[in-house]
Parts: sequence; structure tokens; C-alpha cells
Amino acid sequence: MKKTKMLLGLSFVAISGLLLIAADHADAPAITGNANDITDVYAFQGQDTNNMVFVVNTQGLLSPGASATAVFNENVMTEINIDNTGDNVEDLVIQAIKRGGKMYFFGPIAPGTTGTSSTVKTAGASGSVDISSYGGAAITSTSNGMKFFAGPRDDPFFFDLNQFKAILAGTATGFNNPGTDSFAGTNVLATIVEVPKSLLGTSATINVWAETKQKQ
Amino acid sequence: MKTNKFKIIALSIVGIAMFTSCNNDDESVAPVTPATTDFSGTYVQKDQMARPAINTVFIASGAPKDAFNTTIPSTMGASYQSVFESRLLALNSGYTTNALGQTAAQFTGLLATDVLGVKKTGTTTFFDGTNVLTGRALADDVIDVELLLIFGGPTGTSNAGLTSDNVGANDKTFSASFPYLASAW
Repeated sequence: MKKTKMLLGLSFVAISGLLLIAADHADAPAITGNANDITDVYAFQGQDTNNMVFVVNTQGLLSPGASATAVFNENVMTEINIDNTGDNVEDLVIQAIKRGGKMYFFGPIAPGTTGTSSTVKTAGASGSVDISSYGGAAITSTSNGMKFFAGPRDDPFFFDLNQFKAILAGTATGFNNPGTDSFAGTNVLATIVEVPKSLLGTSATINVWAETKQKQ
Repeated sequence: MKTNKFKIIALSIVGIAMFTSCNNDDESVAPVTPATTDFSGTYVQKDQMARPAINTVFIASGAPKDAFNTTIPSTMGASYQSVFESRLLALNSGYTTNALGQTAAQFTGLLATDVLGVKKTGTTTFFDGTNVLTGRALADDVIDVELLLIFGGPTGTSNAGLTSDNVGANDKTFSASFPYLASAW
């Protein structure tokens, strides 16, 4: 009985048009399939435990063939937002934007204004790195105690998305064992920055979210 | 005066020497942003994301998703908690509480504000059996955590076929050092 109810619930969800495209790959019409589309955000302690690593991946589900020609867009800024006062309003931002063959990084620095509209905080320039090419070695750079990377990487996300879709569609009642990673063999464009924790304020915890912002 | 000039030249040479000495094939000192590069203009938000899959699971595709993607996190809770709760109960009409002891309102109250909480000291993980929501590491099986909390009930044992996708790891090994992510396929 319980199971029937749940299946009914799932059917309702499927009918109402909710499709999970995880983790956040291609999720909204305004951005699907373009350089603004964030697939995943990671924040973790670095190999040097004095540092925090932020990863923002975009342009998901790139096949190896498509990865060679996938490029960052000079009109799209990636912004990592950091709240260190617990009010879910950004106190610091780290910005990344492409110019020529390089990705330029700014911050951590207080934003000019919080919210959905930003300018590049050129006063907070922290470094840049040559954008790594598909098939080549990872090019990294360091400056101001920070490390930088931008370029194609394997998508680190894993999930049997296709089976989940089948469950939502009512054509399956559960996951398979073993499951199939729908993201196996696919790439993303990754922007990665490692930052001394001392640059993130003095709070015990931070709230983090990433945004893409388009030049007007 | 002459001495000062000499000092300046000497400092410049030292500076250049220091600058070039750090270069090698894979790692270089990033140059200061060239003054000639144009970063002007206003940039307006198109997408945002924090916790994995959350807004995709709980916000309907199409126009509602575009709207959520430009809602600032400090207003998400008030705007979306009830939407998330309806979705949760549509996904699992038998939901009572989850393994964290959260009611539907409490669970969706947490999720509706889509920010990733990160601890500044110690282990950073979505969930590793001990630490809960202290960050997101590359190898974290975030989908299983979310499925368990959505479908698993108070003890994590309900709806056994829906609480794990049985994909427990990435298809490439991560690096222990920067840039951590594996090379592209």
C-alpha cells in the first residue's frame, strides 16, 4: 500500500514535468547548453590543510570529441560567493573571467554590491593562469598564496541518472545493482582555485555558492 | 641621489631574478593583471548552485528553474520552503522523518536555502558517516546521501530500492594534489 502510494507520487511528479538532471547539469532554459550552465560546485580542504579549494564546473556532459572545442566565454564571469557571518549574504567573492588565453582571478574581496549584479573587482586582482588545452598537461599557477587552474577535466560527478529518470517515468521501480554512471566518460570545463583559509575571515564555518554572471 | 638610483636598479635586478627563478613548465608566478586588459561592465546573474542536485530535484524545470537561479540565497527560504515541501511529498508521499530526524518542513527548510556549509577546520564532506554537511569533497557520494534522506525514512531502511543508485565512485581517480580533478577523457 505504501509502495503504491509512493509510486503514485512518483507518477505525479513525472506527469508534472519534474525531471532530475543532476547534479545541476542543464537545468534551466535560459542557460542550458551555454557557458553559464554550472554543473557542480565543490568546496573542500586542500592537500595543505591551511587552504580551502573551490571548484566550479560548467558546460557538462562534454564528449571527448566536444571537449577539444569547448571554450570559456569572455562575457561570462564565474563568481564564488562566501558568507562568513551566517546571513546567506556574500561577504567575500572570488571572481574568474577569461581574457585571451588566460583565466584571471580576483579576490577573495568584498563585493561592490551583493546580489545578482556585479562588476569585476580589479582592485582585488590575485592572479591568472593559462587556460589548459584539451589533451595537454594541466597548467597551474600560484600567486598571493593561491593556486589557479582553468580548463577541461573529467566530470567528477557520478550518478545513475538514466535509471532515476526511468523511476520517475514509472518504467522502473528501483535502481539497478550495480548501477551505471551516466556521467562516465564525459568532461566539464573546470575553474579551480585554492585559497589560504586565512583570507576567508575568522568564522568557524562559511556558506558557499557559485554563480555565473553574463556581461550586459 | 646617485646612490638612490643605484639602489633602485639593484632592487629591480633582484626583483627580476626572483620573478624568473620560480618559473618551470607546469607552474609559474602569475603576472599582475595587465592594465590594458578591459574588465569593465556590469555582469548579471544567470545561474547559481551550491548543494548538488537540490534545486534540480525540487524546482520544476522551465521558467521556475530560471527564476530560482536568480533568487538570492537570503530570500530563498521564505520563497521556496513550501515549494520544496510539496515536491518532497510528491516524491515520497510516505515521508515522515529522515535519518537526521527532520520533519518534511524542517528538511525542506534546510534545503530551500541553497548554500553549501563548509567547515574551516577539519574534515570537509557532504556526509562521511560522521560529519554532516561540512563541505563537499570530490569523492562524496552525494546522490546516495540525498536519496537516503528523501526516501530512507527515519532509520534509512525504507524504500530500499530507491535509497542508493549503486554507483559509489567516479570513473577516474582523483589526484591528491592541485588541481585534484582527473584529466579529461
